[in-house]
Amino acid sequence: MTPLLSVHGITKSYGGHVGCADVAFDLYPGEVMGIVGESGSGKSTLLNCMAGHLTPDAGRVVFDTRMDGPRDTVTMSEPERRMLSRTDWAFVHQHARDGLRMGVSAGGNVGERLMAVGARHYGEIRNKATDWLERVEVDPARVDDRPTTFSGGMQQRLQIARNLVTGPRLVFMDEPTGGLDVSVQARLLDLLRGLVRDMGLSAIIVTHDLAVVRLLADRLMVMKSGHVVEAGLTDQVLDDPQHAYTQLLVSSVLQV
Amino acid sequence: MIKLNNVSKTFTLHNQGSAVIEVVSDVSFAVAKGECVALTGASGAGKSTLMRMIYGNYLTQTGEIRIGDIDLVQAEPREVIALRREVLGYVSQFLRVVPRVPTLEVVAEPLRAVGVCAVDAEARTRALLSRVNIPERLWSLSPTTFSGGEQQRVNIARGFAHAYPAMLLDEPTASLDAANRDVVLSLIEEAKARGTAIIGIFHDEAARARVCDREIDVSLFTPGVAA
Amino acid sequence: MNAYNFAYLDEQTKRMIRRAILKGLAIPGYQVPFASREMPMPYGWGTGGVQVSAAVLTPQDTLKVIDQGADDTTNAVSIRTFFERTAGVETTTQTKSATVIQTRHRIPEDPLTEGQILVYQVPIPEPLRFLEPRESETRKMHSLEEYGLMHVKLYEDISRHGHIATSYAYPVKVEGRYVMDPSPIPKFDNPKLGDMAAIQLFGAGREQRIYALPPYTQVISLDFEDHPFEASKADHPCGLCGAKDSYLDEVIIDDAGGRMFVCSDTNYCTARQAAGHKGKDAA
Repeated sequence: MTPLLSVHGITKSYGGHVGCADVAFDLYPGEVMGIVGESGSGKSTLLNCMAGHLTPDAGRVVFDTRMDGPRDTVTMSEPERRMLSRTDWAFVHQHARDGLRMGVSAGGNVGERLMAVGARHYGEIRNKATDWLERVEVDPARVDDRPTTFSGGMQQRLQIARNLVTGPRLVFMDEPTGGLDVSVQARLLDLLRGLVRDMGLSAIIVTHDLAVVRLLADRLMVMKSGHVVEAGLTDQVLDDPQHAYTQLLVSSVLQV
Repeated sequence: MIKLNNVSKTFTLHNQGSAVIEVVSDVSFAVAKGECVALTGASGAGKSTLMRMIYGNYLTQTGEIRIGDIDLVQAEPREVIALRREVLGYVSQFLRVVPRVPTLEVVAEPLRAVGVCAVDAEARTRALLSRVNIPERLWSLSPTTFSGGEQQRVNIARGFAHAYPAMLLDEPTASLDAANRDVVLSLIEEAKARGTAIIGIFHDEAARARVCDREIDVSLFTPGVAA
Repeated sequence: MNAYNFAYLDEQTKRMIRRAILKGLAIPGYQVPFASREMPMPYGWGTGGVQVSAAVLTPQDTLKVIDQGADDTTNAVSIRTFFERTAGVETTTQTKSATVIQTRHRIPEDPLTEGQILVYQVPIPEPLRFLEPRESETRKMHSLEEYGLMHVKLYEDISRHGHIATSYAYPVKVEGRYVMDPSPIPKFDNPKLGDMAAIQLFGAGREQRIYALPPYTQVISLDFEDHPFEASKADHPCGLCGAKDSYLDEVIIDDAGGRMFVCSDTNYCTARQAAGHKGKDAA
């Protein structure tokens, strides 16, 4: 089987400071991988390098494209990369307002990716948007409301609908449940898990919340100071951590 | 079906003076299809640890753990995931689920994961939940709100939903009343009849006597205890 | 007169602007940056259009200036006077006899011909601006032809009003490539943009952009399959000349809600009245 995403030697420095160093892994179709670590450990830098928001200093990010098979997205032309990021890729930001157009209605937000790939039938775009609002448990009657009138949890679900409407194969998520209160988090996690399973999505989730990765991720990478210190099956890494830092991280979680 | 060769495991506690604890060493045994083997030994002998190693939940340092064609010790994460989805079931003592998900979905999930359609999965789920005596009015609720015994039974229904060729059972009858204990033991017997290889931990001696073909004393593998 | 170079701007500046115009003509619909000069009038009064007009005027030209179709409003009169004094060119109010027409927010009703130049005053040249505030991003979107956002704006219109309510500055796609803001002309004028015999030049002074449509360029107004573009106007004949095919202004005539509809193109209306056409409100 060909990996959907194959990352080789990703390195990014900010001047003398290491963002992330020599990160490598393969992600297969349908797999969900978590990346955990404390603030400043380089997990967001890594995510942005993979998603094409940052250009890594070294390394390759090989994606198995629909048309031409595996291609290095770091060296592919910008139009190709941007096309990828609005078709086969999706990016869920921590703050919904970074991923939504706050001045545009919920329907317009969901429909944008459709229109970006050429949809030109208003009725169909709107039906699809309404359908997606239902799937992410936003009342379809609010299709014409702006996200500014939505709660934080609704905004985050809207952002997810907006990203998934074109049926991407790989979703990057940056702290998707950060900043939400716990009851809303649980609902969002359940939703994400269902979508990942039903759509056969692969996902890379950056978070500092170990409970989130336990529920969502098949595999886990632990980062510290820009380096991957441990990787493996999520429950194995969490229940039998090998590296000193992972042991510290796991033992630092407060029990409820 | 399940075969262990010279398996050893140590814990290194980096944050407690790098203490190294040897848990088990040189474990070798095999479980055939349709056979049920009980792990025995005093508390702390390493029964649960060994069970978790066989599930891939704990990392094994040396040796070989073969489930079917796959060596868990060397396998890639995705191979372990596929193995757990298709081949290797595990009923733990605790139910760990996403809050808010209805019991019906929790139990049906292993079936859905192997591609059983929603209708068939629900039919099988309903039959199992009835069998383990979970009242139907609770099926649409999340099991996180259930009593300990009910959670345990939901966990068992979930564990037996898909007919795994190999299963690990960690105290499946603990905290169950006689009637439910009997149901669970029947489920185990049916699995054996299907050819499932089972490794279990049973504190309940009568249960062990009824379903287990052999016992393996884990303390024999525990450094400092056996020697 | 001797105090100023011909048409106010110095020759170097005019050459710079002409280069931008030529580039714009070579890449229809593409916004060419240019070093916009301070003009002796405030931004928003047509500084971009005036610089373009100054760069294309020759002493033999006849200039017409309109503001919302009218030759006699402040903006039109000021700019016309400006060029009378700084360039000494002939001026006219007749569409047919003008060689250069500077316009704010209208295309004349009379069809333009080859050899004429229509200069538009543009306040905001970037059609994507209202949805994407970052200039770096909009330039990238143009270069990569990522125009989905433009339809988001139209989508929003329909979702809010039931139809595409954008009635001016209606976005168009030029020769199947660049999406362009046609300046705030009413969408009634949009069909005239395409396949026009005259050269169309667009100047945005504050935003420092020039773009252009060479003669006979394909210009298509954006729309949805189930909400096609419609060039709309008030559903009345002109009150003064009776024209049914011209774009109308609504004029309030008393404090009792009385109103009349008149051609916004004053030259067109007067010519029709002179030819004997009469509307219901004509004196």
